[in-house]
Amino acid sequence: MKLLEYEGKDIFETYKIPVQARFGVVRIGDSAEKVKLEGPGPWVVKAQVLTGGRGKAGGVKIASTKEEAHAYIQNMLGMKIITHQTQGLALTVEEVLVEAACAPEREIYISVVLDRKTATPMIIASAEGGMSIEDLARTKPECIIKLPVDISTGLLDFQARELAFALKIPKEHFREFIAVAKAIVTVFVDYDANLVEINPLAITKDGKLVAVDAKIVTDDNALFRHKDLEAKSDHEASEIEREAKAIGINYIGLDGSIGCMVNGAGLAMATLDTVKLAGGSAANFLDVGGGANVEQITKAFQIILKDAKVRTVLVNIFGGIMKCDNIALGIVEATKKIKLNVPLIVRLEGTNVKEGKKILKTSGIKIEQADSLWEAAQKAVKAAKG
Amino acid sequence: MSIILNKKSRLVVHGMTGAQGSFHSQQCIEYGSNIVAGLTPGKGGTKHLDTPIFDTVRDAVRETGADASLIFVPPPFAADSILEAAEAGIKVIIAITEGIPVLDMVRVKRHLRRLELEGRGVTLVGPNCPGVITPGECKAGIMPGYIHKKGNVGIVSRSGTLTYEAVWQLTSQGLGQSTVVGIGGDPVQGVNFVDVLKMFEDDKDTHSVVMIGEIGGSAEEDAARYIKAHMTKPVFSFVAGKTAPPGRRMGHAGAIVEGASGTHASKVEALAAAGVTVVENLSLMGETVALKTKVKAGKK
Repeated sequence: MKLLEYEGKDIFETYKIPVQARFGVVRIGDSAEKVKLEGPGPWVVKAQVLTGGRGKAGGVKIASTKEEAHAYIQNMLGMKIITHQTQGLALTVEEVLVEAACAPEREIYISVVLDRKTATPMIIASAEGGMSIEDLARTKPECIIKLPVDISTGLLDFQARELAFALKIPKEHFREFIAVAKAIVTVFVDYDANLVEINPLAITKDGKLVAVDAKIVTDDNALFRHKDLEAKSDHEASEIEREAKAIGINYIGLDGSIGCMVNGAGLAMATLDTVKLAGGSAANFLDVGGGANVEQITKAFQIILKDAKVRTVLVNIFGGIMKCDNIALGIVEATKKIKLNVPLIVRLEGTNVKEGKKILKTSGIKIEQADSLWEAAQKAVKAAKG
Repeated sequence: MSIILNKKSRLVVHGMTGAQGSFHSQQCIEYGSNIVAGLTPGKGGTKHLDTPIFDTVRDAVRETGADASLIFVPPPFAADSILEAAEAGIKVIIAITEGIPVLDMVRVKRHLRRLELEGRGVTLVGPNCPGVITPGECKAGIMPGYIHKKGNVGIVSRSGTLTYEAVWQLTSQGLGQSTVVGIGGDPVQGVNFVDVLKMFEDDKDTHSVVMIGEIGGSAEEDAARYIKAHMTKPVFSFVAGKTAPPGRRMGHAGAIVEGASGTHASKVEALAAAGVTVVENLSLMGETVALKTKVKAGKK
């Protein structure tokens, strides 16, 4: 799960990572005056959206008067943001964060990620912060420092010193920086994160070290031991995706016309690829996983049919843990609850396949069965066009 | 011969008395796998599916000579279960459990590296995988047994159901398998493509290899480098996710395209350059392997 900037900064604060004074978060529907602006200003109004590059898209505004700040808040709420990271989708700004603006003298990039190859957390840092690390990796890979960290010990003192020297941290901020570097590793481990990023970590003109932004991505698999995170809503998912997630189903909406229900992420992706090869395109990626029961299958089926773009439904199940008879029962149950007015193509194979095929055959529902993925994909494409 | 498991393998099933563990143990027993023990702390001394249940892996190893673990323990406890097996002297550990926190696996890998330095290394397969089957000898996992056939094609895959698809196509073409290994889709895992390719290269009964990959990570690119430098046997491959939209997580932690790395194109290109036959339409995998291997057999 990706956390918003202010959620990340709440965590940073408890770990004593310095952040700017925050004056509040305003949500759509709130009055801009809700925020009590303190100090002499300037203040910064920041769109709380899960994408990089929001500044260029108008999602970060600096106000020198309170009236200006209120106007920015009002204008930014409900605004659509499209950046190079949003894949052409527009994100609606539902919340804005208001905090004291700062004037950076220097900007540093620092993050902790999971390195798959070494199977350890790894610090990625650069003396040139502010820009996206992807751009930096492309243009100046020699400026990027990588430092593997032992999960049991955290960042050791000498490692933190090496890092500080490599980043040319000035003497007066040395101790503070070391504390920040060690703290983000602790946050990474404590929150079961996949990523903790500060970009930029600024040294301001008035001589402060401050985390200007906060990006934390946590591991969904570890939610069971983070009840506080579990209670938060997933900002990234669409409503329908959240609904699917709530019943333990992995759903991602796509642009095509063939609704797909598959078990296993790999087979689901291969099914999308096969539909494309057969000349069609999928309306969604839906993985019912390994252990879905009849009820989950029924709901998954309902979710697919909610999408108005769906002209045909293709079910491709290769049972392992999943039993084909459960899938068949789920399909039958679902069609009792909702009227099926699009063609349904089903391909079953694997555990309890005979029982599954029999249930479908004797159900009286109009189902076209297929014996192979290719046959199923071709039939689905034909039905969607017809 | 085969890799990882054979008819002499003595399995202990962790979480055998649970719903999933129970169902799949039954299926493995029916297939002919030699399950010698089950593990459920607190139920030691009882029997389940005619198999003795133990409180600890150490007890199971001592009493039954178990040498391979099959793990169905729920995610919060699975990492601990892997380490319990490793410390008890089990040499092959197959972790089926889906949804283990990745930092738990980071800790497991750290521990296993230490054991290896001490000369007590283990072979870990998974987690989040369908398991391993040596057809006709031993099935340790959740794959449907009947789709397999004994033979000479080795299969290694990151995805469960996608593996079944490939196996079923080969079997339908009359091509049997030496061993089928699902390495799982998690970002931190036990054996990887290269480890398994090495085993297949050294296995007399494996004549060709099918490798099923997917977008995300760099496992396929690493495999391509190994194949180019060391592999003498023909390798066939399919990479899932050509049409997946970038930046979206497709279920597996692994199945996500991050920036330019791990794309379908980069994987296919690397594999093709290493001499691998890359099949674009998954449905043609069986035919392609049949055609190429029969042509080769004809030349002999």
